[in-house]
Order: sequence, then C-alpha cells, then structure tokens
Amino acid sequence: MDNVIELKDIWVSYDSIRVLESVTLNVRDKDFLAIIGPNGGGKSTLLKVILGLITPDRGSVRLLGGNPKDMRKYVGYVPQYHSSNLDFPITVWDVVLMGRLSHKGPLQRYNEDDHKAAHEALETVGMLEFKDRQIGELSGGQKQRVFIARSLVTKPKLLILDEPSTGIDSRMQKEFYELLNRLKSEIAIVMVTHDISAISVYIDKIGCLNRKFHYHDDKEISSHDLEVSYQCPVELIAHGVPHRVLKEH
Amino acid sequence: MLEILQYDFMRNAIFAAILASVACGIIGVYVVVKKIVFISGGITHASFGGIGLGYYLGINPLYGLIPFSLFSALVMGLVSKRSKVAEDTAIGILWSLGMAIGIILIYWTPGYAPDLMTYLFGNILTVPMSDIYLMLGLDAVIIFIVYAYYKQFMALCFDEEFTTVAGLSVEKLYLLLLCLIALTVVLLIKVVGIILIIALLTMPASLSRHYTNDLGKMMHISIFFGIFFSIVGLSLSYLFDAPSGATIILVMSSVYILHFLYDGLKPKIAA
Repeated sequence: MDNVIELKDIWVSYDSIRVLESVTLNVRDKDFLAIIGPNGGGKSTLLKVILGLITPDRGSVRLLGGNPKDMRKYVGYVPQYHSSNLDFPITVWDVVLMGRLSHKGPLQRYNEDDHKAAHEALETVGMLEFKDRQIGELSGGQKQRVFIARSLVTKPKLLILDEPSTGIDSRMQKEFYELLNRLKSEIAIVMVTHDISAISVYIDKIGCLNRKFHYHDDKEISSHDLEVSYQCPVELIAHGVPHRVLKEH
Repeated sequence: MLEILQYDFMRNAIFAAILASVACGIIGVYVVVKKIVFISGGITHASFGGIGLGYYLGINPLYGLIPFSLFSALVMGLVSKRSKVAEDTAIGILWSLGMAIGIILIYWTPGYAPDLMTYLFGNILTVPMSDIYLMLGLDAVIIFIVYAYYKQFMALCFDEEFTTVAGLSVEKLYLLLLCLIALTVVLLIKVVGIILIIALLTMPASLSRHYTNDLGKMMHISIFFGIFFSIVGLSLSYLFDAPSGATIILVMSSVYILHFLYDGLKPKIAA
C-alpha cells in the first residue's frame, strides 16, 4: 500500500455554500504533511472527509486502501484541543486506554496487551510518570502529548492532528514537533493548522487550503500561494530558524 | 423511633430508597459529567404522559410509564441531535408536550385519579411490594448495561469526536444512555415524584465529584450519598410529619449548599 490517503476531485457544500472545490490529495506512507489555511477555509471539513464523517458531493476517498468508514478506526486521531471535557473525572491512564476502544466490544475488559500498549505509548510521548494524574491537572502541552499517546496505542499507519498547536505555548511547541519528528520515521502524519508559524523544519510537504487546495511536494510555499489561499497579502515570517519557509525574495 | 421499622410500609420505603439510590447514583454520575441535566429534566417531565396513559388504560401507571418514558427518551435524543431546531428548544417543546398528553389522558379517565399526587411529588411510604420487585428488576438491567458498556459510555461522555473516529456509533450509545435515564426516572418516581427527580439525579453525583477523580468511584460514593440522604430525609419526614419526597430533597440541598459554602470559605490553594 503506497498511498495512505487518496482524495480525487472532492467537492463538498453545506446548504449551497461550497466548502471544498475539486480537492485532490495523495499522502504516502511516512509523509509528514501540513495543511494550512484560514479559519473557515475547509480544513476541518477536509479531515472529516478523510475520516468518512462527511460523504462528499462528488469525488472519491480512499483511506489506507479502503472505505474511510471502515478504515478510520485504524487511524490515530488527535481531535482539536477544546473538544474534550477537561474537568472530566478520568486519569491519563484511562484516556490512553480509551484509544484501544475500537478493538473492544461491550463486556470486554482491557487486557494485558492493552495495558502494554498504553504503557508503551505513554513512554513514547514521555508522559508515563503522569499516568495517575487527572487529565485536567496537566498543562496544554502535556494534555496534547496524552492525546497523541491515545492515538498511538493502536499502532496506526496514519496520524491525523487537528490544530495541534492550540493551547500550547511556543516553548512547548518545539518539544511537540520534535515528538512528531520521531514518530514520522514510522507513520504518516497529516496535520491541520491555521497557524503558519507552526510550520516546522520537520514537515515534508505543505498544502494551502481555502476551498481549493494548493499543494507542494516540498515545504517551500510562495507568498503567491498564500495570497491565493488567504485572499489577502500575507507576510511570512518564519520563526526560530533554521528552517526556510519561503524562497529568498 | 426504631419501632417504626416493624411496619411493612416503612420497611418497603427503606428498600425503595436503597434501590432508587443505586440507579440514581450510577446514572446521575453520567448526567452530571456529560452535562445533560436539561435533557434529563425533559425526559422526566415528558414521562408524565406515561402516567396519564396508565390511568387511561386502567393499569398500574408504572407500566404506562416504562414504555412512554423510553419512547420519549428516544424521540428527545433523536430530535435534539438531528433536527435543525436548537437542541434546548426541541427539548423544551417535548418536555411540555409529554406533560400535556398526561394531563389530557388523566382528564379523560373516568372517575378520580387516586394517587396522582404520588407521581408528581412522590410518596415513598406507599410503595407496595410489587413495585419493589419492579425496582429490583430495573436496577439489575441498569447495572448490567452500565457494566457491559462502561468503557464505551466513558468515551462517549469524555470525547464524542474521538469515539466516532474509533468506529463507535455515538448516536446509538447516547440513545442507550438516555434510555437508562428513562428507566431511572421510573425507579425514582415513587420516591420523590416527577417534580423533584432532577435534584436526586444531580446532587449526590455532583457532591461525589469532590471526593474522587474516578468515574467508577464517583458512582459508589454517589450511591452512598443517595442512600444516606434519603434515609435521613425519611426519618425527619416521620418525626416532623412532613412529605417524604420534599424532605429528602430539602436534606440533600441543605447539605449541598453547606458543602459549597464551606468549600468557598476555605482558603484557596494556588495551583
């Protein structure tokens, strides 16, 4: 299986408002793709299409070589920060075990394998020592690591992150991208963000999405692409070199 | 005061208080952590239509209540999630609709509806042995389903989006949870009545959150609170000749309010 995601000519409208227009996208094994674009540009919709939560009006979607509705449980998914109820009475350990839920029916308890997988995933993200903490007691960056651990416990081939830098301060962001960089040697990663400064040296490919998708096989984007996507002049400032987002100009 | 225990009605009342506290301790925790108090209130009040149905058909109102409250839970769950009307508006409408059906059916029932007040305000002292068996059965159903779906319900309440992507049907799980709330309403109705059920469903669970970070332990603590408050309330209602349901809620609310006043007065420790 070469392509973990294959989108061909995807069109989506909500009540006659067009959200995605002719989006074509292939993600290969071990790619690290960042999709940027303004709020309301269709980024969340695109993720929902990939995960089979929305059926497009037109176009074909293949996820891990199959139907997204059947295959999405094999994807590691890290939802947007606010979507979890954070004063919820649950420990880090139980949050991570929750990642194994897709392989459990009613009445089945978590077994030795599940515990081993949770242990490994927490070790990978460096959060093992926090396993008995209540999730709300952690900082933004720590929570994000826990949610990544939860998405890793099924050993997915693809990791999808929705706005992962929300709620993380910039110091934590570096550590966070280093974690993703370690992961990308084993799995494909697709990350959606409206924060251009979040694009990092570790990313292989960048796509700009504002209804239409502008896609690059490398991580250099021109200010022209950004202007087309954001529909206004964009000044790109890449923080914290040593990486280059723009061609010299 | 212990001599009252020799009366059958008092023993039944204590059984009923315990059985009701088990259901409301377990399900109340879900109501509180998932923040679905309003839809629970809707299911509770709409189920009055089932009481009316029972009277109209001339059967035990509880047997009209069970199918009707399950049905209204399903309708409310589906309408609030799927319709274009705002969720709280949809719940508010169905809430009143159920009650209106109940009022009309009772009006049409020939003769006098003898213990109508029992269903509205509760009277734990009139619970017959047959109702105790029914409550026992409902408790068994609730405990079994929660045992079977514990992990799934936890995921549903914590993160619906992730649960969907993990391949579970969030809608079916949510409807199942609402049905459990409907069954809990049936269990609680004789204890405190439709009007006061929400208090019983929320206060023990909300109090228990302060003593643990674990969902399962919350259920145990909240069952304990439920039993304790209802027995204390029951005793006080006997001593002061006050209605039992309202006294139970009064005891519970007083403790709840004192607890939060005490919490508020404690010096805050910076996190």
